[in-house]
Amino acid sequence: MRSMRVLFIASAAGLLAAGCASTKLDEKPAPVVDQSKSTAVTPAPAPAPPPVARVEAPVPPPMDPLNDPQGALAKRSVYFDFDKSLIKVEYQTLIEAHGRYLVDHASRQIKIEGNCDERGGREYNLALGQRRADAVRQRMELVGVPVVRIETISFGKEKPKAMGHDEAAWTENRRADIVYR
Amino acid sequence: MNRLMAGHLPSYNAPAMPKPRPRPTRVVHVLALLIALAAAATRPSWAQMTVEITGVGSQQYPIAVAAFKAEGSAPQDIGAIVRADLSRSGQFRMIDTGDSPIAEDERVDLIQWRARGADTLVVGSVSRLADGRFDVRYRLYDSVKGTQLDGLAYVSPAAEMRLTAHRIADRIYEKLTGDKGVFATRIAYIVQFSPTAYELQIADADGANSQTALRSREPIISPAWSPDGSLLAYVSFESHKPVVYVHTLATGARRAVANFRGSNSAPAFAPDGKNMAVVLTKDGNSEIYLIGIDGSSPRRLTFNDAIDTEPHFSSDGAWIYFTSDRGGGPQIYRMPASGGEAQRITFNGDYNISPRISPDGRLLAYVSRRNDLFQIEVLDIELAQELTVTDTVKDESPSFAPNGRLLLYATEVGGRGILALASTDGRARARITGPSGDIREPCWGPFAK
Repeated sequence: MRSMRVLFIASAAGLLAAGCASTKLDEKPAPVVDQSKSTAVTPAPAPAPPPVARVEAPVPPPMDPLNDPQGALAKRSVYFDFDKSLIKVEYQTLIEAHGRYLVDHASRQIKIEGNCDERGGREYNLALGQRRADAVRQRMELVGVPVVRIETISFGKEKPKAMGHDEAAWTENRRADIVYR
Repeated sequence: MNRLMAGHLPSYNAPAMPKPRPRPTRVVHVLALLIALAAAATRPSWAQMTVEITGVGSQQYPIAVAAFKAEGSAPQDIGAIVRADLSRSGQFRMIDTGDSPIAEDERVDLIQWRARGADTLVVGSVSRLADGRFDVRYRLYDSVKGTQLDGLAYVSPAAEMRLTAHRIADRIYEKLTGDKGVFATRIAYIVQFSPTAYELQIADADGANSQTALRSREPIISPAWSPDGSLLAYVSFESHKPVVYVHTLATGARRAVANFRGSNSAPAFAPDGKNMAVVLTKDGNSEIYLIGIDGSSPRRLTFNDAIDTEPHFSSDGAWIYFTSDRGGGPQIYRMPASGGEAQRITFNGDYNISPRISPDGRLLAYVSRRNDLFQIEVLDIELAQELTVTDTVKDESPSFAPNGRLLLYATEVGGRGILALASTDGRARARITGPSGDIREPCWGPFAK
């Protein structure tokens, strides 16, 4: 708008400068500025936005490794050969991982449940399942778990997981399970 | 207590003319059925088991058991029950008598019976008394000598007619073999209907009259009778670990007597009825302990790193036979019942478990695994001779009849769990099948008092 003001002033100044010659007022009016054809107008800079308050989203606690389905503690079962309670090499890492977790989490307790396949007497198999659960416990004691936090029991051949009567079912049932309380 | 009192019938010597019938001596026949249900039976009681005889004894007495004469209908066919009992022992061969009933006061032609092959003849009658009970009479004749061997009269409530028939069979058995009969005894066993349905049941020795003492969604194993037949001990997994209970049959009341940390199992009553042996893992691995039958004062008997389990007392209370793998594999040992040094008993094969010593202490029964087959062996301890007594190959849980002549055990035939009987000489055999489910873990009860 400044330019329009300037023009009016200029025109008015021009009329005054011409003396008092009388000029008819109905002379060509001052040019009206077509605002639509105005030259670029620099917009006034927007005011700075108010500062954004920084909100910290709560950091989730680190996942309990026990609940990690991909973690070392996801597996809870140890398998055994026929008539044996020896811990096979392939399960040692798993047992030790559970053992270290128990050492690090002093409030946790577990039950280890021993099982057998269907062959043989019930009471002898109960004792054999017990021996398997105890073998797992002994391995955990080696990494420092106090014995009082582990109860070992046996189901013998009474609670089979696999119901078949073949080698595959028997293998699945010769098993100790780690159960967190 | 339960005492049988029966009137003796006067001796009657065939083939003389019948004497006038003397007035029978009325006696009071007091028998109490001890079994009561622990839980209200909401389902109908399990139908009778089926017995199939698959082998007979080396010596069989040929006997004719006539139909008992009954006026009107009697609640039980006494003659049929006696015949079934004697047959099941494997020691008797039935001679056909036709359908004609013969009362005990009728004249009989023993020479004729002998000609038909019967060395002995049983006759009898059943009459209803005014008070609703039954007068049951029987006579046993020796048709070779032409004499009477036995004659009795019983007064029996209708509900006890089967028991009366079993008592008659017991008397016949005893007169002819010299051994006490076991037909009036009971057995306990477990039935599994599904992976979540188990029952501890008690039935008559012939499989009739089954009653449920415990129903559970979790396994039950190792039932054991108290010496007087009033209690059953067993292991229940209802708390998701093995716990030993003692259960009073008459009332259904029960008590967890061994519920220590770890596993509790393998109960066995001492003959004194006050103590029992159990296997506990509370102090490490499976070890044998003595406890009071109320669970008090556990006292440890075995002290080694091996498995020690399946304790079983000798009848005189002096020894405990048990299974131990202290020698590398499971074998049978025995030690003094108060604990002490153990002596190994079995040496054949590398897997011998489930020891049961006969009431007279002369025979040891156990399960042996050979070439992946599980069969029951009977060892004559003095002669050091071992005999395989079964023709089945997945045997478990042998249990002596209280007369030491028969073994009851569990096995599998055609994929089903059944019970079976074998005489200790391996000759007489029978199979007992239930109407549904798998039957296992049998335990033979004591003589009824």
